Amino acid sequence: MTLDRKVFAGVTALALAGGVAPFLPAYPLTLLTQAVIVAVFAMSLDVLLGYTGLPSLGHAAYFGIAAYAVGILSTEHQVGLAGCLGAGLLLATATAALFGLLAIRATGTYFLMITLALGMVVWGLAFRWVSMTKGDNGIAGVPRPELGLPWSLSAPLPFFYFALVVAALAWAAMGVLVRSPFGLGLRGIRESESRMRALGYSVWLHKYLAFVISGFFAGVAGVLWAYYNGFVGPVDVQLVTSVETLLMVALGGPGTLAGPALGATLIVFLKNFVSVYTKRWLLILGAVYIGVILWAPRGVLGAFRRDAR
Amino acid sequence: MGRLEVRMLAALVLGAGLAALQAPVVTEAQDGPIRLGMLAPLTGPFAQVGKDMVNGAELYLDEIGRVATGRTLELIVEDSEGNPSTALNKARKLVEQDKVHVLTGGLLANVGYALQPYIDGQKIPATYPVIAADDITQRKPAKWIVRTGWTTSQPMHPFAEWVIKHTKYRKVATIGMDYAFGYETVGGFQHVFEEQGGRIVQKIWTPLNTNDFAPFLAQIKRDADAVLALFVGRLAVQFMKQYEESGLKGRLPLLGGGTTTDESALPAMGDEAIGTLTALHYSEGLDTPQNRKFAKAFEARAGKIPSYYSEACYTGARWIVEAIKALQGRVEDRDTFLAALRRVSIKDAARGPMTIDAWGNPIQNIYIRRVDKVGGRLQNVVIATVPAVSQFGKYPPEEYLKLPLYTRDYPPCKHC
Repeated sequence: MTLDRKVFAGVTALALAGGVAPFLPAYPLTLLTQAVIVAVFAMSLDVLLGYTGLPSLGHAAYFGIAAYAVGILSTEHQVGLAGCLGAGLLLATATAALFGLLAIRATGTYFLMITLALGMVVWGLAFRWVSMTKGDNGIAGVPRPELGLPWSLSAPLPFFYFALVVAALAWAAMGVLVRSPFGLGLRGIRESESRMRALGYSVWLHKYLAFVISGFFAGVAGVLWAYYNGFVGPVDVQLVTSVETLLMVALGGPGTLAGPALGATLIVFLKNFVSVYTKRWLLILGAVYIGVILWAPRGVLGAFRRDAR
Repeated sequence: MGRLEVRMLAALVLGAGLAALQAPVVTEAQDGPIRLGMLAPLTGPFAQVGKDMVNGAELYLDEIGRVATGRTLELIVEDSEGNPSTALNKARKLVEQDKVHVLTGGLLANVGYALQPYIDGQKIPATYPVIAADDITQRKPAKWIVRTGWTTSQPMHPFAEWVIKHTKYRKVATIGMDYAFGYETVGGFQHVFEEQGGRIVQKIWTPLNTNDFAPFLAQIKRDADAVLALFVGRLAVQFMKQYEESGLKGRLPLLGGGTTTDESALPAMGDEAIGTLTALHYSEGLDTPQNRKFAKAFEARAGKIPSYYSEACYTGARWIVEAIKALQGRVEDRDTFLAALRRVSIKDAARGPMTIDAWGNPIQNIYIRRVDKVGGRLQNVVIATVPAVSQFGKYPPEEYLKLPLYTRDYPPCKHC
């Protein structure tokens, strides 16, 4: 697809989501909100996984740190949206900047292991630093932000539009990033590090910046998540969350931004709708994964693309 | 770009136009079914307990033919996975999509705390038949939640007093799971035990994912008189086994929180569990006609003996039905439904008589139990009954609420 048509498809998808939202009953609307937020998270991981070729198993750390920042600041210190957003993004980015220094040295399995370990460190903090994080109980009752608009964000529909706008901005920013010369450099590194190095690219710096930027956008999703869910706990930073996000990217199609968004939406709805009809919903989710691996190893979107060629 | 822009604009206009309309409002029939929404972990590490919970609730509803005051009762069960985020999602589904009249269930403290703001925000009447985290009916009482279960420290206050009175144990070491449920169990025991002249000489906390207790058991002070253990499910089974293997069982008698020998774990234990003293508001071995009837019916239905979780949801379902009966089935007004839920009292529950206090927690019997072999299988034999115990023990509520919540470091271990 050409760039124009991609942008058109993206805007259509967003407009469609925005258009159907008022007609949705409350519960599907909250699921759609959740899908939009998780989509940002999955896209942020894809900048690292799909475009740079670095599979991170600790991505929930940045997501969770931003969510915790919002949770703690808004409940304990009554900080508003601007303060929470700023602190959340700053902390997520700073953590990614620190972890990146440690993780970027490694590649392949070793990169997986280091990111896994770093993710566990954050989980351990969330779980054990009880005076700050309330430990296992988590932080409940995170209030929705007030923007000074006539619509209160505590209602599901205005909050959905708030999340949609933030997600659209994040999507656009990531879209610009991966198409920029810098983004093309990342793809080059994914294909062959040694050639990029021979061409005079600073491979380390490219990877490091991709890592930090990816952490920043995970932070965006984390801030939204804390407001959406009203609850932040160790489950948000645990390994399962990181793995699930990896699966969303793999399911949708790594190396595209729409793919992870699609994967995230699929998984959110599969998880919540299928489980209504059967207790064996994990079996169905497993079958979907296996199906994708067998018949669409490049993800759902990747499969369409290959057919188009 | 020209044509593209037009199309984009058209899509946006369409979206905005649709946005201006509002979803129709659904009106509710006054004589339709009453919907009970229930959350239980049906997958994941707590699935067995979740099954006990659902079986308990289903059993009671079947016994009354799923009808109360002429209205059908519909139980909608959702899987919480034992995960607070999932539980929140499923609660939204039950309340906003299924439009349940009352929400019940939940197992873990973190789920309880996560649901609380949502329940209060939605103003949906809710009951917690199992979740025992102290503060839900203490320092942060939830307006819309009635607890039909227990608070974690509730059985431990009278238990500590009983230990002082009826045993010679004065120096006790504790070992428990490293989370709120563990802190509140050990804290409740320590509070009363030390006030009455006992001493907690050691507190060991084990991570929730511990696979081997040997390193922890090696630390236990051998000059203690007894050990107080708090474990749940699989960990309880494993702890019990390793406690014997390490040779401690013969030297240091074992005390425990109720879940350490709960019937959800007890059948998997061997003779090593015999002699363990615990306290809880229920025992499968409780010898009352109501409990005999319940235990027999449950075993016939589920093919296993009831655990406290089963009884909690059996009586929890009954609690809701009693409130429905008191309102002659008019549950549509949420304020009166909540008030009715807060007025229920049951004289002949399987666990014994129950009334409710002003904070929404039952006042009920606490049973001191000793594991013994009865008819070839292990049972929590009730050896003493402490009647009508409140969540505040013998303390005046206002005074009690001024104390901090029991945590990892409170009460501090003065004799460690």
